[in-house]
Amino acid sequence: MRRTPRLLTATLVALTLALAGCGSTPSATPTPTGSPADTFPVTVGGLTLSERPDRIVVLSPSLTETVFAVDAGPQVVAVDGLSNYPSNVPKTDLSTFKPNAEAIAKHQPDLVLLSNDIDNVVAQLRTLNIPTMLLPYTKTLDEAYQQINDIGKLTGHTAAAQALAERMRSDIDKLIAEVPRRDRNLTYYYELDATSFFSVTSNTFVGSLFTKAALVNIADPAGKDGNDFPQLSAEYIIKANPDLIFLANSKCCGQSWDTVSKRPGWGEISAVRNRQVIALDDDIASRWGPRIVDLLRAITKAAAEAPVG
Amino acid sequence: MSLTTEGVAAPSGHRPARLTARWLVAGVVTAVVAALAGLAIGPVPINPLGGAAELLNLIPGVDIHSGLTPQETAIVTRLRLPRVALGLLVGAMLALAGGCYQGVFRNPLADPYLLGVAAGAGLGATVAVTADAVFSPTVLPLFAFLGALLAVALTYALGAAGGGRVRTPTTLILAGVAVAAFLTAIQTYLQQRDVDAIREVYSWLLGRLAPSGWHEAQLLLPYAIVAGGVMLAHRRQLDVLSLGDDEAASLGVQPRRVRYLVVVAASLGTAAAVAVSGLIGFVGIIVPHTVRLLAGTTYRVILPLSALFGGAFLTLADLAARTVLSPSEIPLGVVTAFLGAPFFILVLRTATRVGL
Repeated sequence: MRRTPRLLTATLVALTLALAGCGSTPSATPTPTGSPADTFPVTVGGLTLSERPDRIVVLSPSLTETVFAVDAGPQVVAVDGLSNYPSNVPKTDLSTFKPNAEAIAKHQPDLVLLSNDIDNVVAQLRTLNIPTMLLPYTKTLDEAYQQINDIGKLTGHTAAAQALAERMRSDIDKLIAEVPRRDRNLTYYYELDATSFFSVTSNTFVGSLFTKAALVNIADPAGKDGNDFPQLSAEYIIKANPDLIFLANSKCCGQSWDTVSKRPGWGEISAVRNRQVIALDDDIASRWGPRIVDLLRAITKAAAEAPVG
Repeated sequence: MSLTTEGVAAPSGHRPARLTARWLVAGVVTAVVAALAGLAIGPVPINPLGGAAELLNLIPGVDIHSGLTPQETAIVTRLRLPRVALGLLVGAMLALAGGCYQGVFRNPLADPYLLGVAAGAGLGATVAVTADAVFSPTVLPLFAFLGALLAVALTYALGAAGGGRVRTPTTLILAGVAVAAFLTAIQTYLQQRDVDAIREVYSWLLGRLAPSGWHEAQLLLPYAIVAGGVMLAHRRQLDVLSLGDDEAASLGVQPRRVRYLVVVAASLGTAAAVAVSGLIGFVGIIVPHTVRLLAGTTYRVILPLSALFGGAFLTLADLAARTVLSPSEIPLGVVTAFLGAPFFILVLRTATRVGL
């Protein structure tokens, strides 16, 4: 298991080169069926793994989605209690936000992936000589692709990760290209929670996706002081009169067109009048894994279907 | 036990004014037992005998076969041991500082956070976390420490300016209230602006012993020695001070000087403890009062015993924090209040009078 992959890869590469060199087979595509196995050791961001990890613990729902999407799922022994996608993840009670290094060590991981370094957990895991990689939430699409490639490299699935990132890139480009041009760019309000009107500006990762769909964020003026998650007032939202309302609180807090339209004064907002209140999947909207394509699809679909106000 | 409190609890009554050997031994034994429990128990079950062998192996020249895997050894010696040591130090510091504040201000409600230490440290920690996109464990203690000292200095300056001529304990306390409210407002504003940082700040605000190796204990130790030394050295003067300023002056004690020195030492010790552990409430109040109710009402008794029982209490509370809801942890401040409050009520009802 340890030595063969390198040999195998070398042989495959040699064979492919030989075939291509002959030039006698024009149909020979450079990618063989089934990507070549990765060779270890690999080094990513200062962390070197001498062997392919087979007991991975993931403590972040976004990272879990990516790990499974690059086909490293069978190597995962435990994920945190918030990871719920795909449905067959080995869910445990491990905590994302109040982690205990000893409890993580109990799973005897040979790689721990996490997004938040709370209570010095990274330093403690390294004390126990457990290879640990901190992959915080990404702020741009390029960072998201980079993170997917890093995860692919660490788990021994470089080719699958590259393919995934490429597929996402082309899907996203296609979605953006399909957004219809309008005389006036539509405005939107993005709602994070039910009662206090916290929103996001275009500076955030999710906000940047809306910008790509040619939508204008009504929260941007409120973020002038550098606050990317401003708290708006109901008055301001009603006055801004957005064409679209996106709810990132449909699952958590049961919000929908129904509840939004019943808020005092909200019935006059264009988005409510025209029923352009879109309930997003809370989970997808708050993560930065491969499903950002689904999120962008929901956004561009709404942008395309909205009636010209 | 020596829980004989009928009626009035005069300092010279049934409970001795001086620290008895019996109570001193009880304090040391409790601290040692708490430390051993903290080392033996955790989310991962480890043979305590093997753990003990590995601890002895840390002494140069000792080499016992423990039968533990390298990972189990690392859990005992590099995760639990620094954590227990930090618990003993932080608990001792907070309880000692609480006892001193109560003595200096002659106020049973005084706690180590009275003069704005908590608010200042909280603001410092918030700034450290929000300014740094990636949370840096080394910057936070420094910022929290500076914030705490800044807050106390501000309280002192305002307390003096507000009083005009005399800085009475009451003006100081009120200045502390104002400073704390002001700094907490800034802290809350910064947190609201930065939802990414809020979890990290929140975890810190609720208190936790999560050292990265020996780093935190090393940071705290020099302050603990100096501040703890100054506080303990003034235990007699605090007793004299409890007779009133005039009486104390006639006995050759300078009330203002003693007060100043003790408050500075207590604030410094608290600031250092808070910097490495976050805001752990309740220890500074219940431990000194429990000692007062059980062992004796003089500061010669209260201060040394508060340090010992404070360390023991926090170590046990942390043991509960990391095991009860394993594999996740409970904020330490939640545990100290949850365990401490009922226990304190029990002591209050058993012993009849509180004498300050």
